[in-house]
Amino acid sequence: MSQVLTLAALPAGRAASIQRIVGSGPAVTRLQELGLVAGTSVKVVRRALTGEPLELEIRGSRIALRNAEARCFEVKEVQP
Amino acid sequence: MSQPEPMLFALVGNPNCGKTTLFNALTGLRQKVANYPGVTVEKKMGECYSQHGQRFRIIDLPGSYSLNARSPDEAVMRDVLLGRQTGTPRPNRVICVLDAANLERNLYLATQVLELGLPTIVVLNMIDVAEERGWRIDVAKLSQRLGTTVIPAQANSGKGVLELKLAMSAPLVEAPKWQQPALPDAVTAQLASSRNVLVEVGEIHAHSSLLEPLYLINDHDPTHYGIAAEHVAQVKACRERMEKLCPGWEEDFIKARYEIVGDICRESLRRPENEGRTFTDRVDDVLLHPLWGGVALLGVLTLLFYLMFAGAEGPMSWIEGIFGSLGEWVQTVMPEGDLRDLIVDGVIAGVAGVLVFLPQILILFFFIALMEDTGYMARVAFIVDRLMSWVGLNGKSFVPLLSSHACAVPGIMATRGIDSPKDRLITILVAPLAACSARLPVYSLLIAALVTTSEVATWTKVGFMLGLYALGIGGAFFFAWVFKRTLMRSAVSPMILELPVYKKPAWGSVLLQMWERAVIFVKRAGTVILGLTILIWAASTYPKTEGATKSENLANSFAGRAGHAIEPIIKPLGYDWKIGIGLISSFAAREVFVGTMSIVYAVESEDEEDLTPIRDRLREEKWPDGRPIYTPLVCLSLLVFYVFAMQCMSTVAIVRRETNSWCWPLFQVAYMTAAAYLGALLVYQVGSALGY
Repeated sequence: MSQVLTLAALPAGRAASIQRIVGSGPAVTRLQELGLVAGTSVKVVRRALTGEPLELEIRGSRIALRNAEARCFEVKEVQP
Repeated sequence: MSQPEPMLFALVGNPNCGKTTLFNALTGLRQKVANYPGVTVEKKMGECYSQHGQRFRIIDLPGSYSLNARSPDEAVMRDVLLGRQTGTPRPNRVICVLDAANLERNLYLATQVLELGLPTIVVLNMIDVAEERGWRIDVAKLSQRLGTTVIPAQANSGKGVLELKLAMSAPLVEAPKWQQPALPDAVTAQLASSRNVLVEVGEIHAHSSLLEPLYLINDHDPTHYGIAAEHVAQVKACRERMEKLCPGWEEDFIKARYEIVGDICRESLRRPENEGRTFTDRVDDVLLHPLWGGVALLGVLTLLFYLMFAGAEGPMSWIEGIFGSLGEWVQTVMPEGDLRDLIVDGVIAGVAGVLVFLPQILILFFFIALMEDTGYMARVAFIVDRLMSWVGLNGKSFVPLLSSHACAVPGIMATRGIDSPKDRLITILVAPLAACSARLPVYSLLIAALVTTSEVATWTKVGFMLGLYALGIGGAFFFAWVFKRTLMRSAVSPMILELPVYKKPAWGSVLLQMWERAVIFVKRAGTVILGLTILIWAASTYPKTEGATKSENLANSFAGRAGHAIEPIIKPLGYDWKIGIGLISSFAAREVFVGTMSIVYAVESEDEEDLTPIRDRLREEKWPDGRPIYTPLVCLSLLVFYVFAMQCMSTVAIVRRETNSWCWPLFQVAYMTAAAYLGALLVYQVGSALGY
């Protein structure tokens, strides 16, 4: 079994499905409220010049966040 | 007989759902803006009339993603809807605005609001954007699922506003028949016991439902606005107990709500099989491109600054002309004397000195409002986030810092959008280093005195100006970096930013916003600055010396004495006592410097008809030994002083309010004044040593 994939490691243009949320705190809770809950599919639309922030497409809306928070979302890559 | 109070509607919705545009469309200019007590969240109240003349009051609540507040803005919305906000009655009805093109996420908040049980009208805004994408929304189905009236609308063109007013005037709007996602029994039991605790201490009313304790224990606002300080510990204890007894309950609760929301969307929203790339996607390919995005941002900012200079030139000379003629006219109709001098040299010169910069300020406010309204502002935050993270801040601090280039007061007020209290404080502390419009008169005057040749003027001036802006931005970054590492050591705070779809600007809203901000500036000019100008005129006129020339009179006046008193301190910077008068007077507001120097020199001139522009007077000004005072080096030293100096009483007042302490504004005045003095000293002494 390889290392667990998180949103922070997902390259631009790839899609994935959220498996599990690790970590807590107001920021992670708010991201869940913005739609990043387990079972949801998400796409990394783009990353800024240095890799972050990253822009996500989630339930039809676009959210930007940094890798520090993206790391809390374990995902499984799916074909877009 | 007293009229019954008109019905109060609360306007709620996500940020970027077009809520404020709808508010403007409903109320027009019948708006009043104030603050909620103890916090600087704007309380926007307005009035509107139905087709049959029935009067309604509308309260525009801050845009929020959830009733689980994460900032004071969201806490205000929660508290108003729960009826716990001091000084604001609980609304009779709610208008819940949804962004049709972002239906799923918007329904998250909407379902929370519906659960509160208030009669609610749902407005499906930006329906045009959804339709352009080929989305088909079954309004009847949505209405049936939500148990409310649903009105499709397009607020920026006024579509649907009539239908909304009709729905608002319906004698009965039914309370939504909405069930909240089932909570496990253990959670419900815990909420009930939390409710008992909070009722006992008096934080909530005995007749409240379980929702009030739910949203209080889910309060993530670091300032805990709306919760009595002495009850915060109890609320936290309730939350801890809940987490211990029902681990993961919050995550499950959010997930359950999204499942219901997902069901509603599946039933009422039909999206085309193959959705093409949207307009926003194509625009973002360029505007968020790693290279072109940065180039575009630089282009936008360059255009903005170019317009502020080239575009404002004409109107500025008209304003100068009008006040010049007014002064001349007063001189012909009034008898000579102190009163005439007061009116011409004090009042008219003072008002003109401020109003002349109104064109530039309007252009700046217009641009900022336009960037906010179209959605570009969020892209700016995305692009600069990395840059801001170098000094430990995030992209959201950029907007307040950018706004501070118009005026630090609205800039500092815009820091409310920053979630982390420490980041917010740092942003407040460094915001006044941004080259605000009040510095423009000082910069323009000194650059004009510095650049003497007229052929190269425009581009050289723009170059100098950009340099000063860069120095201000550099200073802000430097001090932010210092504060992040010393005063407020904290982990890097997260950034969560929505990138809304690009919208055609609602010109009415943009102009209204520009207008509201300009009014704040002019009001400030009309009161503080005008008052100070008159005070300074008096201080440089009295006490009068019998039979003395005007120059001698000024040297002996209160202002002259104060200037003389500080001359030893400012001489190492290259300044004489007359500049000292300018520095002292501009401690209250930096733009006063220009007015003061006009008065200082106009009062001094022997010839009543002397109308030589102030700039030429500066160039003629000499030390007693005949050397010119305003050498390029002194102008540079003064410019550096004004880049760093905290000379704005309005900013001090707003920082006092935003930080709720005198400690921070005083610290800010101290560190900025010290930086200004040392910076100017460095420029003048090093420059002199190098032989300039």
